[in-house]
Amino acid sequence: MCLGIPGRLVEVFQEGDVRVGTVEFGGVSKRVCLEHVLDARPGDYVLVHVGFALSKIDEAEAGRVFALLEELGLADELAAGTS
Amino acid sequence: MRFVDEYRDAQTARKLAAAIATEATQHFVIMEVCGGQTHSIVRYGLDELLPPNVEIVHGPGCPVCVTSLETIDRAHAIASQPGVIFCSFGDMLRVPGSHGDLSLLKSRGCDVRVVYSPLDALDIATKNPSRPVVLFAIGFETTAPPNAMAVWLARKRGIKNFSALVSHVLVPPAITSILGSPDNRVQALLGPGHVCTVVGTSEYEEIARRYSVPIVVTGFEPVDILDGMLRAVRQLARGTASVENAYGRAVNAGGNPASKRLMDEVFEVCDRKWRGIGAIPGSGYRLRGAFRAHDASQIFDVVGIEADEPAGCMSGQILRGLNKPVDCPAFGNECTPETPLGATMVSSEGACAAYHAYGRHLARRGARHLPVIGAPVVAGGGE
Amino acid sequence: MTTPNVLGVCPAPIGRYERIVLGHGSGGRLGADLVKDVFIPAFQGPNPEPLEDQAILNVTGGARLAFTTDSFVVKPIFFPGGDIGCLSVYGTVNDLAMGGATPLWLSAAFVLEEGLAMEDLRRIVLSMRAAADRAGVKIVTGDTKVVDRGKGDQVFITTTGIGVVPSGVALSITAARPGDRVLVSGTLGDHGIAIMSVREGIGFDTVLESDCAPLDTLARDLLRAAPGTRCMRDPTRGGLASALHELAQGSRVGVALREAAIPLRPAVKGACELLGLDPLHVANEGKLVAVVPADQADDALAAMRAHPLGADAAVVGEVVEDPRAMVTIRSLVGGDRVVTMLAGEQLPRIC
Repeated sequence: MCLGIPGRLVEVFQEGDVRVGTVEFGGVSKRVCLEHVLDARPGDYVLVHVGFALSKIDEAEAGRVFALLEELGLADELAAGTS
Repeated sequence: MRFVDEYRDAQTARKLAAAIATEATQHFVIMEVCGGQTHSIVRYGLDELLPPNVEIVHGPGCPVCVTSLETIDRAHAIASQPGVIFCSFGDMLRVPGSHGDLSLLKSRGCDVRVVYSPLDALDIATKNPSRPVVLFAIGFETTAPPNAMAVWLARKRGIKNFSALVSHVLVPPAITSILGSPDNRVQALLGPGHVCTVVGTSEYEEIARRYSVPIVVTGFEPVDILDGMLRAVRQLARGTASVENAYGRAVNAGGNPASKRLMDEVFEVCDRKWRGIGAIPGSGYRLRGAFRAHDASQIFDVVGIEADEPAGCMSGQILRGLNKPVDCPAFGNECTPETPLGATMVSSEGACAAYHAYGRHLARRGARHLPVIGAPVVAGGGE
Repeated sequence: MTTPNVLGVCPAPIGRYERIVLGHGSGGRLGADLVKDVFIPAFQGPNPEPLEDQAILNVTGGARLAFTTDSFVVKPIFFPGGDIGCLSVYGTVNDLAMGGATPLWLSAAFVLEEGLAMEDLRRIVLSMRAAADRAGVKIVTGDTKVVDRGKGDQVFITTTGIGVVPSGVALSITAARPGDRVLVSGTLGDHGIAIMSVREGIGFDTVLESDCAPLDTLARDLLRAAPGTRCMRDPTRGGLASALHELAQGSRVGVALREAAIPLRPAVKGACELLGLDPLHVANEGKLVAVVPADQADDALAAMRAHPLGADAAVVGEVVEDPRAMVTIRSLVGGDRVVTMLAGEQLPRIC
């Protein structure tokens, strides 16, 4: 369940009573409802499910797993006696 | 694609798999709850990267599979009414009811339309004011805000011809039902990433505590799933049972407050029957009374819903993990992806469909089987 | 028409079908079964020949003719990068070219719906003329019928083509051998995504263009550089997966692909991600897949890349002995899975 894809918010506008954005997914753009991410601004990334932005992507959090692996890698190297 | 491609990096995946192998000191049984996670595991062949003592089982996280037969039959009955434009997500088109599926109805001239978004169905209603337009509003909590928005806007804008047939299912009661069962083997859970994006993680605290099961909220890309598994393995090795958020880029503990407010305004919790599993109390959403005018289950008086499962379909046992697809005599014979008997063969993440494609292949190689709920993964054995 | 022609449907449950469903026409397993169960027994009898994209016929005097036919029912009739007219020319030209033939002559039969704008018909026909000129073929005969409003979906076109196969060229779906390389001439999924991008409810803001094009000169260059080429196919409906399944079955071999090697336009990749579609199942109208002996693969690749339509050509996999009659793919992260043939039509998913 829950095919949700991150895309880059390019433009924000109002369509009648609904806040809408143009979101870009690696080269293709689609209109997305932004009513539940009202603080999203062009340049932000949002998670999109069925034409609806569910949340803003937290870019700081996004790097966590890679930083962790770096640490792991460093730890392995130290254990193996290399630097 | 940023925030996608880097989570499909082969080297990162290998490092995580190696770490899992190092840290998984015993046999661990980990359930991934969300069908999207199953899909990813199959698509990327992730189980081949795991050590044999880490057993992934597949949970009931496929809303397509678990939509009750009565609801499917009701949907078909509504779609068959003259003049109705019946809008559905693509996933539901081939799900068999008691007498055929939506695609068959379409071939007979019913106006069945695939929509990508619930708001597209609302557009269709706006453009066709003289015809009843019905949205088949299924899904887990993830799809609840968009479905709620469509109904809420219909009421606000006075789009009288729009209604929704709501059949949402909720994850926590299903997990509780599995963990609380006497023959449960699941020791840790990978929590549903996008469900938690919407509702947050607090509901899972109680579950982790009550059943002493670590719950790691996990995303959907290969690196996410392996990261989630590593953290689950670590908790199991340490003996802790807490809720951990491994999908921080899309999930925070409080969820999305605006979505939760709208869901609360539009939906109320109700009991729901899960196809093949039976009724689970408090496991669904229905429209609140204030939205009665847009509630297809109230507007359309469809009588004579029989709801007989095809004889020979074992979807229920499979979803509960009591059987594997190969235990079913119809599997691969009368029941194939082209001629499915039950939903687990139709849905892209249904165990039977995945097993049909993948399992055959693995059986020939004598390698590990596709993980199926409750079924042990046998390394190096055929079946 | 009460039902807009959206993305089509898939099988009715359980057993025999009492009616044709849209899935029968989508290039997947249902369509293959229809041919096997209904058409072949009637037209070929008990010992049918393997199904190629074209029939190669021996004429007295030694010439070999390639003969093929195709019907075109695409909606919408005008789409970014093409229209039903040029599609109907290129589709048949390509089926001939895949058999190694030089395409020469086409016929064109039209079923027109009452009410079709004359301007639309003119536009389609001019497009066909331009396409025929580009492909070096002549449209030499044709037919027109008109059906009542509501019975015809604007226009259906059937083209039949004849070409000549040079001596020494003998391509076949049965000819692949373990060790052969599988090549594609460029990015996959462009056409199917372009069509989807203009359909109601699945619209993108970006304009994505079909790859609609004639493959005759590309195929010729490929065969010249790699005369040992076993087989060529144009992966139209059902995508690369369908074409490779036919190959795997026809030659009784396996095909092992590598996900990292599949060329995709970024916009097509994005669209597939968003809709939950597998690019291997999405239609192409200007691409070919070729099976080439390993020692000719480099030459084949170079020849395609030197051609305007083959700039993104790539080796995407190889022919293997096992698992026989299956297509598998090594994922980006290293695990393997089976590539299924589409049962019916592809549908966007939310799960």
